[in-house]
Amino acid sequence: MPETDTLIDWPEEGVARAPYAVFSDPDVYAAEMRRIFRGPVWHYLGLEAELPEPGDYRLIDVGDTPVIVLRNSDGGLNALVNRCAHKGTMLLFEPFGRVDRLMCIYHNWAYDLEGCLKSVPFAKGINGKGGMPETFDMAANGLDRLRVESLGGIIFGTFSDATPPIEIYIGERLMANYRRMTSRPFKVLGYYSQHLDSNWKLYFENASDPYHATILHAWATRLKLNRFTMEGAIEMSERGWHHLSWSKMATDQHGEVYETEAFRSGGDDFDAFGLHDASVIEQWDEFGDGITTAIQTAFPNFVLQQIHNAIATRYLVPRGPEGSELVWTVLGYADDDEEQTRIRLKQGNLIGPSGYISLEDGMVGSLVQKGIEGDKDKSSVMEMAGRSIETIVNSRASECGVRGFWTAYRELMGV
Amino acid sequence: MATIVEDSAHVPAAITALMADYVHAIDDDRLEDWPDFFTDPCIYRIATRDNEERGLPASLVWCDSRAMLLDRVVSVRHANVFEPHRYRHMVSAIRVLAREGTEHRVHSNYLVTRTMRDGTMAVFSTGAYRDVIVVGDEGARFRERVVVCDHGMINNLIAIPI
Repeated sequence: MPETDTLIDWPEEGVARAPYAVFSDPDVYAAEMRRIFRGPVWHYLGLEAELPEPGDYRLIDVGDTPVIVLRNSDGGLNALVNRCAHKGTMLLFEPFGRVDRLMCIYHNWAYDLEGCLKSVPFAKGINGKGGMPETFDMAANGLDRLRVESLGGIIFGTFSDATPPIEIYIGERLMANYRRMTSRPFKVLGYYSQHLDSNWKLYFENASDPYHATILHAWATRLKLNRFTMEGAIEMSERGWHHLSWSKMATDQHGEVYETEAFRSGGDDFDAFGLHDASVIEQWDEFGDGITTAIQTAFPNFVLQQIHNAIATRYLVPRGPEGSELVWTVLGYADDDEEQTRIRLKQGNLIGPSGYISLEDGMVGSLVQKGIEGDKDKSSVMEMAGRSIETIVNSRASECGVRGFWTAYRELMGV
Repeated sequence: MATIVEDSAHVPAAITALMADYVHAIDDDRLEDWPDFFTDPCIYRIATRDNEERGLPASLVWCDSRAMLLDRVVSVRHANVFEPHRYRHMVSAIRVLAREGTEHRVHSNYLVTRTMRDGTMAVFSTGAYRDVIVVGDEGARFRERVVVCDHGMINNLIAIPI
């Protein structure tokens, strides 16, 4: 069970409020690393497609902890803390590679791919003098391990024995979209990341918040790629920790509200704003169900994304109380033909740090971070569609996704 | 067949003029002029060094026509919102590596600083331009400009082209 203390006084409105102090307080950050990131949650660790052969590894940061994810000699997956048991040195520092053992550069302590300590140089000393004492236990000095599960080609890890299996964690309701997007093997098209001058939760609130999507992201709204007036919904996982927001662009009705209400993202004047080359939004019905946008989150920091045919994973690495790194893996599927790959690469213009749609998402968190700096005793207000995590049928005019994030947060933090 | 240029440090004046005009147009906030530095069709990509070296094709920006470049400008001006900022480009070590007719394969280094409206300035990007430049009677144009950022991590966002 989480510790309980007076780390934060949460407002009585519950998850319809988030106290500004949680976005910058170093004590809160330290508690998050223990109670959430080392707690009963699953972390994205990468893709099976990144580790095809025995010995293939990738590095990833799980909260503040550097982790090696590798395929062992039996074809299984291990996640080991990237830190020698001797002095704490990082063992690997190239982000991807292949190894047959893990050897520390500092004093050459060497581990097998299971993380077991296999050799210590000069363990018997020189001419019987010096060396490790009889009491030194090799078996007790292996690498720290995470539990690993792989689902639909995506690898997850957890530090906690209490975390339920990944399918249960995601929950049956949201497993439907998860299966929809992971039914074919992935192919990696590339990587990039964004350093954000904002607390990690500000980005993750944004990813859990469809309310902003058609208002902040004027590019997609003006081109009628995503509007609240299209068929769509927010779906919440059983415990409310994770959300899915989806829409079908071909179903827009009464979208003129964006113009009549004079939203910044409205505007029908295609002379002032229209595409001179529409090939950037050339697309096909990816999953045969007409859904053109699907954003699925998994608490605390994972996003599975379909924006037309731009498929990606995103995960967030907290970098201290007022910074974070958002890491994108741009994906296709292994059976894509050349034309499909070309369309995905062109739609790459919609996502990432230069994305017509995505570029505002990182930026807006830094505006919040600056805005709240002087008033740590105040809170944000999230009452769109009430104060609960219940969804509204056929409407995305709700902040239930963000309230779901705060539900999980309060539960694990004990605040 | 492309000729490997022996004296790669000798850069035709039309090419140095194009390289300079390009960065001045961006740094002076004349983005509307930016598409005219390219042929049509053309390639303009912003890529990362890691992806390029691993043969991974995903790019931050991917345009293959002048109209797509214009759409980038229209979006920056009329749709996307971000904290206002300006760039200053430094371009150096321009080398003409190969020539085939009017086409020149040209590599150079760049460094871009970004200055925000509150006066904060920082190195924003550094890397290499990998260009194919066509030199004609009316001057030089980019048939291809691939911006290879040394860094896979972007500070917040790239709205204005590099």
